[in-house]
This record gives sequence, C-alpha cells and structure tokens, in this order.
Amino acid sequence: MIEVKNIHKSFGDAHILKGVSTTFEKGKTSLVIGQSGSGKTVFLKCLLGLFSPEEGEIVYDGKAYAQLTDEQKRTLRADIGMVFQGSALFDSMTILENVMFPLRMFTKQSKSEMEERADFVLKRVNLEGAHHKMPSEASGGMQKRVAIARAIVNKPKYLFCDEPNSGLDPKTAIVIDNLIQEITDEYNITTVINSHDMNSVMEIGEKIVFLKDGLKAWEGSKENIFKTDNEVVTDFVYSSNLFKKVRQMYLEEKS
Amino acid sequence: MSYLHNIGAYFLMIAEMFRKPTKWSVMRTLILKDIDDLIIGSLGIVAFISFFVGGVVTIQTALNIDNPLIPKYLIGFATRQSIILEFAPTFISIIMAGKVGSFITSSIGTMRVTEQIDALEVMGINSLNYLVFPKFIALMLYPFVISIAMFLGILGGMAAVIFGGFGTLEDFIIGIQMDFIPFHIIYAFIKTFVFAFLLATIPSFYGFYMKGGALEVGKASTTSFVWTSVVIILLNYILTQLLLSS
Repeated sequence: MIEVKNIHKSFGDAHILKGVSTTFEKGKTSLVIGQSGSGKTVFLKCLLGLFSPEEGEIVYDGKAYAQLTDEQKRTLRADIGMVFQGSALFDSMTILENVMFPLRMFTKQSKSEMEERADFVLKRVNLEGAHHKMPSEASGGMQKRVAIARAIVNKPKYLFCDEPNSGLDPKTAIVIDNLIQEITDEYNITTVINSHDMNSVMEIGEKIVFLKDGLKAWEGSKENIFKTDNEVVTDFVYSSNLFKKVRQMYLEEKS
Repeated sequence: MSYLHNIGAYFLMIAEMFRKPTKWSVMRTLILKDIDDLIIGSLGIVAFISFFVGGVVTIQTALNIDNPLIPKYLIGFATRQSIILEFAPTFISIIMAGKVGSFITSSIGTMRVTEQIDALEVMGINSLNYLVFPKFIALMLYPFVISIAMFLGILGGMAAVIFGGFGTLEDFIIGIQMDFIPFHIIYAFIKTFVFAFLLATIPSFYGFYMKGGALEVGKASTTSFVWTSVVIILLNYILTQLLLSS
C-alpha cells in the first residue's frame, strides 16, 4: 500500500502540487486522471522518488520514503516497476536484453535463468518471437508490452504506468489496459496509472483520483465517477460528444 | 551566473560519477562497448587525417626552407616536433571533440529525451556512473589513438618528402632522430590524458543535463563541441606553460 500525505511540489514560482493526499491499495489498479498540466506527471515522479516534495510524505508499506537511507531507497526501487509514456526502452539493447536488464542489475541469476524468466514474462505479455528485435523495429503496442515485461520481470511490489496507452489505437489500448489489470491481480501488486483516457477509466479504474490544478478534486470508483455531481469531474469526464450523450441518457433515465 | 552554475554542476557530476558503482559484470560490457564506439570507431578518421596533415606540415615546412644554408634534415625535425608536440595531442583532440563529443552528447541527450535516464533512476541505478564512467575508462585508451596519430603523421610527412621530391629519405630520418627529448613524449601524453578526461566528461555533462526535445539534442551537441574545444585550447596553453617553460 502507498500512502500519500499532503504533498506539495513547486518549480520556481510554479506551485504544481498543492497538498495532495490519497492511498493506493495493494492488489488494486488505481488511476490518477486529470487534464494536461494538472500535475499528474509531477505527482507520479514524486511517488517514484524522482522529485522530492517540499512538504508532506509518501509512505510505502509503512516506510516513509524520505526517511529511508540511500541503501533502503535502492532496495525499495528494486521493488518498483515503471512503464513510461514513451516506453523508455534502451535502444542499444534487443527486446530480450531490455527485459533481462533489471535481472542483470539486481539479481545473481545465471544467464540461462535470466533468459528463462525474460522468456516467461515476454510470453505473459503475448510477445513471442520478438526477442532479438531492436526496440526501433517494434510497433508502439509491442514497445509498450516490452516495457510492461521489463517492469514486472523482477516481480515488483509496485507498478507505475505513465499514460500506458497514449499513442495506441483504441483496440491495442484496451489490450494494454487489460494486461496491466491482469498482472496487478496475478502478482497482487499496487498499481498506479497516470491517464487522461476515459476508456482506461471504464476498463480498469478500481480507484480513481482526479487532479485539477495540483489539487485532488475528487476520488472514488469507476462506477461513481459517472454519477458524481462534481462539476470539475463532469466537465472532464463528459468532454467528448459520446460521453455527453451517455450523460444525457443517464440524466433522462434518472428523472 | 549560469556559467558558474554549470561549472559547479560539472564538478558535482564528476563526483557523482564515482559513487554507487554499477555491477562489474554490467560495467565490463559497457566499457567494452564504449571502447569499440569511442576508440576503435575513431581510428579510421584519425589515421586518415594524421597521415595527410603530416604530409601537409612537411610540404609547407619544405617550401618555407628556401635558404640553401639550412640543412634538409630540418624538414624531418620540424615535422616531428609539430606532430608530437601539437598536432597529434591537440589538433586530433579538437577533431575528437567533434566526432566523439557529439556522439556522447547526442546519445546521452537522446536517452534523456526518451526517458531512458529516468528509467535507470527509477530502478535505483546511478545513471551517471552507468553512462559516464565507462566512457571515462574507455577514453583512458585515448593515448593509444594519439600514438597512432603521431606515427602516421610522421609517416605521412615521410611519404610527402619522398613522393614530392622535397628531400631524401635519409635526410628525413636524420631529422626525426635529431635532438630528441623524451620528455616531449611525456608532455604530449600528459596532455592526452587531460584531454581524454575532458572528452569523456564535458560532452556527457551537456547530454545528461539537457532539457527539451530532438532540436535541443542537436543544440547540446554543438554547445558541447564548442566548450570542449575551448577548454582543450585553454588547458593546452596552461599545460604547455607549466610543463615546457622552465
């Protein structure tokens, strides 16, 4: 479980996060949503320890991140899997080498053991026969799957994804969303996803945190987000014509 | 102020580069890859430039010695001194600032833009040690490149003398052996080690701390070339003053 307690983060005069508190539970897929510029990426980077909040704290399973020693932070980071928006695959390595990378860095496994494990997770993300391709030879969807495979290969306790389906067609996006959901259930890990895609919310949003201008404007489940009267949330959720029609139908049905 | 900030950040980067070392089995692979990219990959251009510039230095020296009282073996002497003292260590380092420096800045800069450095940091890896330290170790073989540049520069001069008809082979060989001071080689290699350090670290600094997208990667490569060249020229002056003027 990850507890976020009143975190503030500024860059110069720009106050990006203005006191965000929430909890991400183990075995659940939580989504952080909001418009571009709402502070989602900064929030995720604070969770990852890439940015240090000026105020507040982030607690990983009872351990406050800021109070950990460098060694403890390194140990914790070995338990974190991250899927970046652009996949962030190492372009000088093959797909297999990318997936094996965390094992090479953090385990003492033999090469054959590492290959076996990498092969297993690549199969798990439905990527077979692409082991020796370079990332540049893979499609966007394949790259995302490789990034997920690399994130889970070392059996992390926490999985973070920054807009995992951005730039993908709707069908592939759903495949990626479902894959993340299945992995969260299978490994019983704490998964936090940054997204502004309402399809993802509908597919996998077990818990949703809505950020607006660096503040938490709303939190709840995917069922509740379509029923809320919070104007900030409804403005965002029903911004597309399709969802506007759904909303209208819901309101008509309700009245 | 930004210059002072950059200088401070550069030295902090160097200190950080030696902290939290990467696992040796991984580091060994990285060092070998960087030796291939930075050293072996530069041999062709260095050999080509050295041979022909050595020839040009010899031709120009020969054409400027028109006094019959000046012995012809001075062509060989002047070629050797120019190449060992200045051309090989300094001129080649400026070329390497363009070739190797741009490669380092653009490859690290692209990793920054595509979040690959963030991916390393998230995994708890010291990205400076992982990315810059192997380049620093690989470039400790840079004196090997400069040795080849020295040899081929003099060989180019020899070829120019023979094929251009500016003197005899015997005169040239007497010239390159004349008044040889071994400390000049030590001086050249001291400079080479210093320049190797600069070639590894300044382009890495500009790549690692760059912000923006593809356009900024290009700009960072240009800036890194300019500053690497400037620092090489300045340190060349300071080292020459310190080591040769007594």
